[in-house]
Amino acid sequence: MLKFSKDHEWVRLDGDVATVGISDYAQKQLGDVVFVELPDVGHEVDAGDELAVVESVKAASEVYAPIAGEVTEVNADLEGAPETVNAAPMDGGWFVKMSVSDKSALDTLMDEAAYKEYCEGL
Amino acid sequence: MADDLKKTALHDMHVDLGAKMVPFAGYAMPVQYPMGVMKEHLHTRDAVGLFDVGHMGQVFLVADDKTFATAAKALEALVPASITDLEPGQQRYTQFLNEEGGILDDLMVSRINMPGHDHMIYLVVNAGCKDADYAHLQAHMPDNVAVNVKDDTLSLVALQGPKAVEIIARLNPDIAKLIFMTHGEFELQLPDGGIYAHVSRSGYTGEDGVEISAHHDHMKRLVGHLLTQDGVAPIGLGARDSLRLEAGLCLYGHDIDTTTSPIEAGLIWSVQKHRRSGEGYMGAARVANDLKVKTRRLVGLKPEGRAPAREHTEIQDLDGQTIGEVTSGGFGPSVGGPVAMGYVDVPHNKTGTTVNLIVRGKPMPATVSKLPFVPNRYFRGE
Repeated sequence: MLKFSKDHEWVRLDGDVATVGISDYAQKQLGDVVFVELPDVGHEVDAGDELAVVESVKAASEVYAPIAGEVTEVNADLEGAPETVNAAPMDGGWFVKMSVSDKSALDTLMDEAAYKEYCEGL
Repeated sequence: MADDLKKTALHDMHVDLGAKMVPFAGYAMPVQYPMGVMKEHLHTRDAVGLFDVGHMGQVFLVADDKTFATAAKALEALVPASITDLEPGQQRYTQFLNEEGGILDDLMVSRINMPGHDHMIYLVVNAGCKDADYAHLQAHMPDNVAVNVKDDTLSLVALQGPKAVEIIARLNPDIAKLIFMTHGEFELQLPDGGIYAHVSRSGYTGEDGVEISAHHDHMKRLVGHLLTQDGVAPIGLGARDSLRLEAGLCLYGHDIDTTTSPIEAGLIWSVQKHRRSGEGYMGAARVANDLKVKTRRLVGLKPEGRAPAREHTEIQDLDGQTIGEVTSGGFGPSVGGPVAMGYVDVPHNKTGTTVNLIVRGKPMPATVSKLPFVPNRYFRGE
């Protein structure tokens, strides 16, 4: 299941594990990503909490947790290759994996079609 | 975008080129083109970047008696640089200072190099300060020196990069003879007829290149032609900022403002030796004082990690004491890592000193570094 937040994060649920990243729309808005600050494994967040910081050439921007959970893994590849966020935001450019306690929280997020429509309205 | 923003003469061209327009100093300006900040930056260092700087202020000082000395003496009372000794065709960087020696703006001063006109002084000032600068000039120029603002008639562009002069010299080969910080009036042979332009060998990227002033309609034709030349790409304000930061050049409102003096900002090179006595112009006492009493200095900062340290980041010594603040910081595409400038208290300003930058609450080690981060490539003659 793939869902999107209004803050342009995506979350893909696979069993109990949610992978989180930023959307193609977001990476285009940010421009060239030069650094990503990721949380520590074990970090617990509520929906809407700051999850990571993404730095582009221009500015620093917060990435928010689209749902509540505990960080179980971070994408260490982004340390040496932050540009992956631009090149493959939905694949190799993922930020964190989280364990999700309440999967129904995903219902409040947009599916791909709704998100596409949302972006077109911006 | 707000309708009350002013537009440069090249505005529609930016939009046609797909620029992302943002408000800057009261103008709608291109922050980047579809190429993106990173590639625009690298392209300028590698080939030629074309920058619209038509939002900046262009003004002439002309004395009633048609002598250079009268206008130069009047301007010299407001800036630390020596002006009266400028030769026709020479250009200098300087600052307007307030009574306390704080910087009101930084600017370029040129003495026109044209028979019958070499008494005229041409200034280029920052967009964000220009209205205040014009008022400052009107208030302090004597009655016999006119302040002629040319923003309604003149455009300004910068053509920067290792191939910039080769490109512009195709329109008039004499331009290639200019050396850094000199200028002249040139006829540029465009395919659809010649135009006259003021061309100076200068810029704010650390690269070789020229800045070109011409009437709005002529500039549109010139820029339209330049963009057809191989290697020329339009560059936005985003890359202009990273280029000047790597080149160690101050940006007004960030690295310099009314709280900083030219000496603190490391601009002593722009204050000629005989202008350091503490007299002779507004703010002179502060300049002399800051040379004797050394409290803080603007330095380069090279973070050890990959995280950029942005403006207003706190700088601490290794004992956790606050010793300063970052005034410009970001990612340097040519450096391939983060770079910053900021003020640190003396003696922490010594090159090689390790300091901590407090980024999102965490200390990040950085080294006080010599500026520029990327060697300047100005053309100073063979």
